[in-house]
Amino acid sequence: MLLAVLSGFLVAASLLFPGRPLKGKGAVLLTLLPAGLFIYFCSLLPQAAAGERLFFHYPWVPAMGVNFDFWLDGLSMVFCLLITGIGTLIFFYASSYLKGHPYLDRFLGYLSMFMSAMLGLVLSDNVISLFVFWELTSITSFFLIGFNNDSEASRKSSMLALAITGGGGFFLMAGLVLMGTVAGSYSVQEMIAGNALMKNHALYGVICFLVCAGAFTKSAQFPFHFWLPGAMKAPTPVSAYLHSATMVKAGVYLLARLTPVLGNHPYWSLTLMITGGFTMVYAAVHSLFRTDLKSILAYSTISALGMLVFLTGVGTGEAFTAMAVFVLVHALYKASLFLVTGVIDHETGIRDVTRLSGLQKVLLPVAVAGVLAALSGGGIPLTFGFIGKDLIYEATMRAGNAGLLTAAALLTNILLLYAGFVAGIKPFTGRLSEAFQDVHLPPLSMWLPPLLLAVAGVVLGLFPGVLDVPVVGPVVTAMQGTAEGIHLHIWHGFNFTLLLSAVTLVAGVGFYLLRKPTHKAELTIGRLGFISPQRLITGAARGVIRFSDWFTILFQNGYLRVYLQYIVLFLTVLLGIRYLGEGRPEISVSQFSEITVYEGVVSGVILLAILVTILTSSRLTAIASLSVVGYCICLLFVFYSAPDLAMTQFTIDTLTVVLFVLVLFKLPAFTKISTTAVKVRDMVMAVAFGTLITIIALEVLEEPVNKEISRYYAENAYVLAKGKNVVNVILVDFRGLDTMVEITVLTIAAIGVFSLLKLKINPAEKE
Amino acid sequence: MKTIILKTASRYLLPLLLLFSVFILLRGHYLPGGGFVGGLVAAISFVLHAFANGLSNTRLLLKYHPRILIPIGLGLSLLSGFVPMLFGEPFMKGLWFPEPLPVIGMVGSALFFDIGVYFVVIGVTLTILFTISETTQLEE
Repeated sequence: MLLAVLSGFLVAASLLFPGRPLKGKGAVLLTLLPAGLFIYFCSLLPQAAAGERLFFHYPWVPAMGVNFDFWLDGLSMVFCLLITGIGTLIFFYASSYLKGHPYLDRFLGYLSMFMSAMLGLVLSDNVISLFVFWELTSITSFFLIGFNNDSEASRKSSMLALAITGGGGFFLMAGLVLMGTVAGSYSVQEMIAGNALMKNHALYGVICFLVCAGAFTKSAQFPFHFWLPGAMKAPTPVSAYLHSATMVKAGVYLLARLTPVLGNHPYWSLTLMITGGFTMVYAAVHSLFRTDLKSILAYSTISALGMLVFLTGVGTGEAFTAMAVFVLVHALYKASLFLVTGVIDHETGIRDVTRLSGLQKVLLPVAVAGVLAALSGGGIPLTFGFIGKDLIYEATMRAGNAGLLTAAALLTNILLLYAGFVAGIKPFTGRLSEAFQDVHLPPLSMWLPPLLLAVAGVVLGLFPGVLDVPVVGPVVTAMQGTAEGIHLHIWHGFNFTLLLSAVTLVAGVGFYLLRKPTHKAELTIGRLGFISPQRLITGAARGVIRFSDWFTILFQNGYLRVYLQYIVLFLTVLLGIRYLGEGRPEISVSQFSEITVYEGVVSGVILLAILVTILTSSRLTAIASLSVVGYCICLLFVFYSAPDLAMTQFTIDTLTVVLFVLVLFKLPAFTKISTTAVKVRDMVMAVAFGTLITIIALEVLEEPVNKEISRYYAENAYVLAKGKNVVNVILVDFRGLDTMVEITVLTIAAIGVFSLLKLKINPAEKE
Repeated sequence: MKTIILKTASRYLLPLLLLFSVFILLRGHYLPGGGFVGGLVAAISFVLHAFANGLSNTRLLLKYHPRILIPIGLGLSLLSGFVPMLFGEPFMKGLWFPEPLPVIGMVGSALFFDIGVYFVVIGVTLTILFTISETTQLEE
């Protein structure tokens, strides 16, 4: 199982080596990866459906309760099948779609990494590893969305997607850690077992908020939805994969996964129902105002995601069934429509729906795919979408506040039908214009995947029974514990649900026939842009950037003296407050040992040297007297029997003087720049800081010394490390790792100096 | 500062100081000393040579830029940490030959670690000093 999850990363890493062959015809071979994984998960399907516990444990950091625990239950199974199944078609499709692209191998590498991350995400039982995979999907989708990195719009929208989903990731991480702390375990299964504790905990509201923030950003819920239409800058296979079946559904998956832990609580249900409900209506209305095919699909995707979140929030058995079915319905028809759009875009170069018509004459198999997908998406009887829509109405009608919920679902479904028809049917009907006469059918690998997906949407509609026990039932079990009475039917009898379906159909189709998408509507909605969430949130982000600019320039202005001032001032104020608050520290002068002649003389020399340093008007004198201070300190080390320190200090001081002398030549002639006021200020600061440090040093003497550590070193230096010089034994043995890191730091310092002075990256900028 | 006395003296002082630095390095395990101080003393010996004979002559004498000592030293230290793992011991566990070698004394993984430190310190110190002085000379 670990291999199955990580295989995408392994394959991506191995793509570095073959090079050229994989950029051409060989690229199609990579389809074997998702296909193999799809077969693997299918082979596990009977076991999962039989309720067998498929749990795979791989320790990672067991001491902190962080492991790679993979748990394949009904919910993860559906997502695994979608990820690998649709993934297979996408890989197949992309190898033609991007044929001849210089970075085709890189693209497929990103894609397989993304697939692996998604698999890890839906299989993780441990919330920490779940979070790691969650972030990996954000990062890999960043590369996929920004794949056309020579276009600025593409780079911008990938940054936006990363910023939004990554920002949500922070919230999610906080939420998951809190959950782990409350439950005492990072395992979702154990959290489910102790969910009463979670729901009654004082932090429940906070957890709920954080988890929802993470899921809503990922699943493009209002007000974070705007990254998704932007992400349409990606190549179409990416849009199809990320936005129909995988990335954006990760948020829905998370909500569904955590429903047994956090659900069945008013906070949870209301948040999901209001956000999801609002998003589905808002985005469905928005899709009316778009003319770009991918834009229409993007908004209808947001709307469908809103529907899924909404159903999760409703929280009844019917709602979970509807959600499970709708995940499948949506993945099938939306991926198909995206791929159809991709073919149209690839062959005609146009995505503007007002200019496309009559393409069925030249792209017949694609047209069939588009029409079938639109029918399933619209919920026409005998398609899988019909069953999904029925279930949705049943769920809303049996929930509390049925009138409002059903009305919202009805409106959304009508508009989704309209959007699906515009994207899937409109380009193929009507008269074929002159410009498209010489459009020809792309290779099989490009029209077969959408056709397969669309046909699957119809076949499953005719035989829904094949799904209810092995797939849909286990999902509902995973979300609420049991799945009694879950059966999918084509025909539910004459009832109110059927009436609603009929209303949806008539209204949607009528609307489609009467209204044509126009650019005028797109312009109208564009004028409302100033109050859109995108503008508000990016505005806020810009505000943060401006603030951090200001803040950085305040502290990092490039003057060493200013840095030193800030550091010293900060410490002085902090320590000063502490002493003022706690009163005078107790220092007993009487306990000091007597000052010997040597000590007195050396201290006198130090003081004298400092005075000379301050008062001299020659730099060389200043440096020489500073080094006198250094050597005097070495002498003090010798007096107090620290020969190692003294030796090191002595050599370091020598080198410092050499260094100073080297730089000295470069400095301009000595001038007095500081005014008296500045000097007084510096003096006050220096004296205050010095006094504080002295007080601290004296206070430390008052503390009882814990000699346990030094005694341990002294006693064991020879026994354990065969050395008699304790200082050196500590450096190279007991604390050898510290030394290792220190010499690494030294190296970094050397590299820093070398590159600052030697590397002239842009000579034009330097003078 | 190209006085004849210093020049002549530095010619003899350089090997002497280098020997002394190795001596400091080796005695570190039993008496004050060690790789860090040893490295600094060795660096000073080259700096002294550079003062007396000019930097370019010291560079000629060294043949290679001192910065290559940094990866050598870092690698040696790291390797000495890994060696115990070959014997099934944890990372950086001290391993020693049972009998002391003449002149050098006890030989063990910690000694090689210290030699690595010695090289890194020479490399870093000389790289920084040479870089600064070369840049200042060039811009004059």
